[in-house]
Amino acid sequence: MPTFDLSAQTLRDLNGALHSVAEGSNDTAFEVINPRGSHSVAVGIDKPLTVNIRGSVGYYCAGMNDGGDVTVHGSAGPGVAENMMSGRVVVEGDASQYAGATGRGGLLVIRGNAASRCGISMKGIDIVVEGNIGHMSAFMGQSGHLVVLGDAGDALGDSLYEAKLFVRGTVKSLGADCIEKPMRPEHLEKLAELLSAAGVTGVSPEEFKRYGSARKLYNFNVDNADAY
Amino acid sequence: MSYRNPLTPPRKSATFDDHTLAEIRRAAATGIYDIRGGGTKRKVPHFDDLLFLGASISRYPLEGYREKCDTAVVLGTRFARKPIELKIPITIAGMSFGALSGNAKEALGRGATAAGTSTTTGDGGMTDEERGHSQVLVYQVLPSRYGMNPKDLRRADAIEVVVGQGAKPGGGGMLLGQKISDRVAAMRNLPKGIDQRSACRHPDWTGPDDLEIKIMELREITDWEKPIYVKIGGARPYYDTALAVKAGADVVVLDGMQGGTAATQDVFIEHVGMPTLACIRPAVQALQELGMHRKVQLIVSGGIRSGADVAKALALGADAVAIGTAALVALGDNDPRWEEEYEKLGTTAGAYDDWHEGKDPAGITTQDPELMKRLDPVAAGRRLANYLKVMTLEAQTIARACGKNHLHNLEPEDLCALTLEAAAMAQVPLAGTSWYPGKGGF
Repeated sequence: MPTFDLSAQTLRDLNGALHSVAEGSNDTAFEVINPRGSHSVAVGIDKPLTVNIRGSVGYYCAGMNDGGDVTVHGSAGPGVAENMMSGRVVVEGDASQYAGATGRGGLLVIRGNAASRCGISMKGIDIVVEGNIGHMSAFMGQSGHLVVLGDAGDALGDSLYEAKLFVRGTVKSLGADCIEKPMRPEHLEKLAELLSAAGVTGVSPEEFKRYGSARKLYNFNVDNADAY
Repeated sequence: MSYRNPLTPPRKSATFDDHTLAEIRRAAATGIYDIRGGGTKRKVPHFDDLLFLGASISRYPLEGYREKCDTAVVLGTRFARKPIELKIPITIAGMSFGALSGNAKEALGRGATAAGTSTTTGDGGMTDEERGHSQVLVYQVLPSRYGMNPKDLRRADAIEVVVGQGAKPGGGGMLLGQKISDRVAAMRNLPKGIDQRSACRHPDWTGPDDLEIKIMELREITDWEKPIYVKIGGARPYYDTALAVKAGADVVVLDGMQGGTAATQDVFIEHVGMPTLACIRPAVQALQELGMHRKVQLIVSGGIRSGADVAKALALGADAVAIGTAALVALGDNDPRWEEEYEKLGTTAGAYDDWHEGKDPAGITTQDPELMKRLDPVAAGRRLANYLKVMTLEAQTIARACGKNHLHNLEPEDLCALTLEAAAMAQVPLAGTSWYPGKGGF
C-alpha cells in the first residue's frame, strides 16, 4: 500500500500519484500521514481508490472526488468534498464551513459537527452529519439529501430548491422559502438507507423532521419581494 | 392688428426626460424593475475618445502589405505547464449555454477556431458543441457552479475563475424559467421552468487568501497543466488586479461596464461599475508595480468593437481583449433582416435586449427549437471568423502606422485624447498638449 508522508513528500507527489493510477491497478489503497492541515489533499480522484488520511486537513480535502473512498482520521477545513461527483468521503472529526459545497453525488459523512453553509448549493450529494450544523446550511440546495443527527443553526435551507433536509434535533430558524414538510414513507425509507450507508446505528428515521422548499420563490413575483 | 404675447414652446425637463417618465410609468404599472441583456447604453468615455498619433519624422512607419506586424499572444506563462498560444489577441468572452443556443455556441467555436483564438464557456457548463468546435476552450468556474465537473475541467484548455463581470460587478445572475429547456435543466440540476439564480459569491471561498487556496486546488486537480484566469468586473481594478496576482492568477480578465450580460437589472447595468477605459491603466499599474506586467497577462473586455479598439486597449497595456456583444452581432444578433419580428416584440433591430425572454428572432439567445434553427452554425461561424480577421487587420494597420512590428509594441505614448475625461482615464495627453489631468506641472 503506497504511503505518503506529507512531512517529507509534497502535495504534488501525492495528488500526482492518485491521478496516475492505471486502470486495473492493484495498488488502489493509499495512506497519507502527517497531513498537518495541508490544503487540497487527495483532490481530483477519478477512480475507485481508497485513501486514509491520518490527521487533520485544511481546505478542499477530496475536492471534486469522483469515485474515491476517502477517510479523514481527524478534522477537515473548509470545503471538504466540494463538488463531489461520486464515491464517499468520511470525516471522523469536525468539518469547517462549506462542507460538501455544490456536490453532485456520492456520500459525505461527518462524524462530528459541521460549521456554517454545510451543503451550500448542493446538487445531488448526500450528506450525513452526526453532530450539529451551522447557519445557512443547504443554502440554495438544488438536490440531494442533508441528514443532521444534532441541531441546525440559523436560516436552514435558505432559498432552497429541491434538496431534502432531515434534522433530528432543533432548528434555530428556517431560511427564506424553507418549510417543514410531512415525513412520508418514501422519506423514512430514504433516511434509513442514508443512515445505514453512513454507518450510523441506534437512530430511528422516525426521530427526524423533514424540511424542504415551499417553492414560492421559484418564479419571481414582486409580491414576494419582502422574502428576498 | 391685435398684439399677441409671444409664447415659448412647451419645455420638457432634462431631469424627467421621456425615457425617465416612461420608466416611472412602467415600474408603476408592473411592480418590477426592468431586466435586460447587454451592457450599459449610456454614453461613457470610451476608446472613441482616443486617437493614435501615427509615425512621422521622429519615428518611422512599417510598410502596410510587406513588413510584418505580429499578432500572436501566449496566455498563462506564469505557472501553467501548457500555456495557451493564440494567433490573434482577440478572444471570445464567456457566454453561457442556456443564455445562448447550442447552435450559437457551436458557431462561436467555429469562428474562433478559424481565426486562431479561444472561446469561453459560461454559467451553464460545457457543451459538446463548443468543446468539439473550439480548438482552445476556456472553462469558467462560476459562483453557481452549474454544470461544474472535473472531467470538463480536465478537457478544457484553461480555467477562468469568475469573480465578477463588468455589467454587474457584485451581482449574480438569473436565467428566467422560460429559457429552461429539458437540456438546460439537466445541465444545471434543477427542475424545468423555474428561475435559476446564480449566486454573486462563490460557495466555498471568500477573499484573496481563500482564492489563493482555491486556485491551488484547481491546479492540483488538473496537475498544473492549465492556465488559470481570474475574471473581475471593472470596479476597483487596481486592487482587484493586485489581489488576483497575489492569489496566483496566470491571467487577469478585466471587464468594464460596457461588457454585456444575458440578463440583469437595468439599474445595475447602468449604475454600477466603471467604463472600460477607466479600468485599464489602474490594472496595468498594479501589474507593473508587482513586476508582473506581461508575466501575468491582462485581457480587457467591455465594448470592444473594432481593430481600433483592440489597438487602443493593447496600447494602454492589455495583452489581449475579449468580445461578447460584438461576436453575437457578427453571428447575426439584432440584424435588421428580422425587423418585422423585432417590432412585434415591441423593439427594433439594434435595440433588442430582452435576451432572457428566449424569443430572439435571430435564434441566438434562445432555447426555442424553431428559433434556434434560424442560425446556421457554419455560416454564422464564418461571419465571426471574417469579423475577427477584419479586426486583426485593422489593428495591424494602426500598429504599422505607429511603427510597431507587434501589436504588443503599441504603447500609451502612441495615443492622445480628445476629451479631458478620456485623458484622465487613459492617462494620455489631451490632443495638442503634453498634459493630462493628474499629471504634475499645474
